[in-house]
Amino acid sequence: MLKKRTHEAAPAEDTAAATESVAHAEDQAPEAAVQEAAPDREAMTAEKPALSDEERLQGLEPEKLRKMMYDMLLARRFEEKVAEAYALGKIGGFCHLYIGQEAVAVGAIHAQTPDDYVMTAYREHVHALQCGVTPGAVMAELYGRADGCSKGKGGSMHMFDAEKNYLGGHGIVGGQIPLALGVAWKIKYRQEERVIQVYCGEAAVNQGAFHESLNMAALWKVPMILIVENNRFGMGTAWERASSLYDIYQKATAYAMPSAVADGMDVLDMYRVTKEAVDRARAGGGPTLIEARTYRFVGHSMSDPVSGVYRTKEDVEKEKGNDPIRIFADLLARQNILSQEELEQMDEEVKRVSEESADFAEKSPEPAVDELYTEIYATEDVNGRLYFDGRR
Amino acid sequence: MAVITYREALNQALAEEMERDPDVFLMGEEVGVYNGAYKVSKGLLEKFGEMRVVDTPITELGFAGLGVGAAMTGVRPVIEFMTWNFAILAFDQIFNSAAKMRSMSGGQFKMPITFRGPTGAALQLAAQHSQALESQVAHYPGVKVVVPGTPADAKGLLKAAIRDDDPVCVFEGEMLYNLKGEVPEDDDFIIPLGVADLKRPGSDVSIITHGKMIHVALQAAAQLEKNGIDAEVLDLRSLRPLDTDAILATVAKTNRVVLLEEGWAFGGITATIAALIQEEAFDHLDAPVLRVTQADVPMPYAKAMERAAKPSVEMVIQKVNQVLYR
Repeated sequence: MLKKRTHEAAPAEDTAAATESVAHAEDQAPEAAVQEAAPDREAMTAEKPALSDEERLQGLEPEKLRKMMYDMLLARRFEEKVAEAYALGKIGGFCHLYIGQEAVAVGAIHAQTPDDYVMTAYREHVHALQCGVTPGAVMAELYGRADGCSKGKGGSMHMFDAEKNYLGGHGIVGGQIPLALGVAWKIKYRQEERVIQVYCGEAAVNQGAFHESLNMAALWKVPMILIVENNRFGMGTAWERASSLYDIYQKATAYAMPSAVADGMDVLDMYRVTKEAVDRARAGGGPTLIEARTYRFVGHSMSDPVSGVYRTKEDVEKEKGNDPIRIFADLLARQNILSQEELEQMDEEVKRVSEESADFAEKSPEPAVDELYTEIYATEDVNGRLYFDGRR
Repeated sequence: MAVITYREALNQALAEEMERDPDVFLMGEEVGVYNGAYKVSKGLLEKFGEMRVVDTPITELGFAGLGVGAAMTGVRPVIEFMTWNFAILAFDQIFNSAAKMRSMSGGQFKMPITFRGPTGAALQLAAQHSQALESQVAHYPGVKVVVPGTPADAKGLLKAAIRDDDPVCVFEGEMLYNLKGEVPEDDDFIIPLGVADLKRPGSDVSIITHGKMIHVALQAAAQLEKNGIDAEVLDLRSLRPLDTDAILATVAKTNRVVLLEEGWAFGGITATIAALIQEEAFDHLDAPVLRVTQADVPMPYAKAMERAAKPSVEMVIQKVNQVLYR
């Protein structure tokens, strides 16, 4: 199923290409029919090009590579700190951690510029950090404090930073995809040279919002890169139990949209695949669907155990053997870009930053309750009543 | 003032606002090449081009969400639903995204988007095409809702909606598009949101209503006059914000109230207004507040049944007589 890493949809009028594409589909049919279980990691990455270390590094500056490492480490230690604070009752509500998936957002967001936009669903703390929202502002938001990036009104699932072009933070599965389509439309409308990356989990692919958005994005060739983070489980439902077709990237074919698979445990593969999509979008080539194959090492949310009814402890332990941080650290050590000692120093640094973010959140005041009615409407100076609870 | 139709008034509002602000664009099904399912956008594609008058696939959730995303990054979409019945598919984006974006981001985003389309029953369109949904939409804090009942109100309120920095839902009357009336030609003719209009002054009883139902109320008032009853008709024009001062003033004036809406009784705007009146003007009342609404059933197709289900002039007269103890 993974023979072709990048699928360029054939234009309908190109008969030869269309025929070829049909033949290709027939080749695949029997294979698809017998596909009952999710491919294991070897199968999922079997078609990843066999690149040398040098090729994997793509000529990136050592400084940028070290920054990627720093960002992944910070993501990991920050989320560990979040888990600790949640256990202590400092953080409330639903809280979804990114541990295991760090390479996806870090690699992909490094492939665009701060002028570009990012939007995602509710497993979002790391996307916010990667866009430059400070760890203190993210942690304070988790604590529900006034210095949080949404002033305490959003929480874990609704972080925003307009100045950093970080557009949230959305809680309805798949609901962010049409929104991102609108941002991409705006970019085209105003003839800007920007792009938007929008993320969703694999389970969102079954929502109508996904399909409606892909169709319009391809129809109007807007600069949107849709990254599906396939961590194999929508809460506790394995992807193969939820979709008649395992390979998400193939869904793009229905919309004549280019698509690709990326190894979501390899930050440099994420960077490479996303960069190609970003460059194409910026050049007016329209949207791309990227399926990032990844895994979460933690439960769906803080109330979900790491393993249990839908996956075994052994499954998770096996996947932890592919820790994206370890994979990248080994490469950087082999290439003399970052030694083990430097890595440990970096780890101490990000632990300190995470601790400080918690201290900052702890000291930040609770939002004033009399701000309950602020920031609901932009234009409140209207005749008549906007609120009907009789309290004001 | 020129006498034009409700449809032409809406068309003028769109054309003037698009002329005034290059960030305003119109998007929806059949708005371009087809000139609009109800011809509201007639001629706009020719005038403004296909980036600003955009025909969409039939994909309400998708293009409503597109509008919300575009609005949060600074442009001013006008999203047309062929009817509000079809917008039910898009309610996730109106209620979960447009209504909440400003609040859940701590005030970082404006949401200058207008959603518009016809509401209410036309003739024999049956259950799925005959719903008046404005009360349901007004339920959500974060949105604004206007319901113009005349050509002038249609123009002034749509222009105000487009210029507003919050999501405004405009509920047009499907049966009103051909209605003619005087409409100011001034490019800056605006009817501010939240300002009710006394469509008929009176002293004996207040009929409070909105949208297409103002015409039912006015007909009822004309017949009541023959029986020596002087009814006041207050047109809310806007449900959220709601002109509660105007409501309380008419209650204080006549002491008797009949509330009229096209939609269903349960949770309708009339229920909210009845609660408001008993909370804040109880001492002014000389009779219980009564309501006239649609029958609490999905709209049937058969002509006589449909007629029976809709609020009528007779029902309004009956309730007026009741509050007057006649």
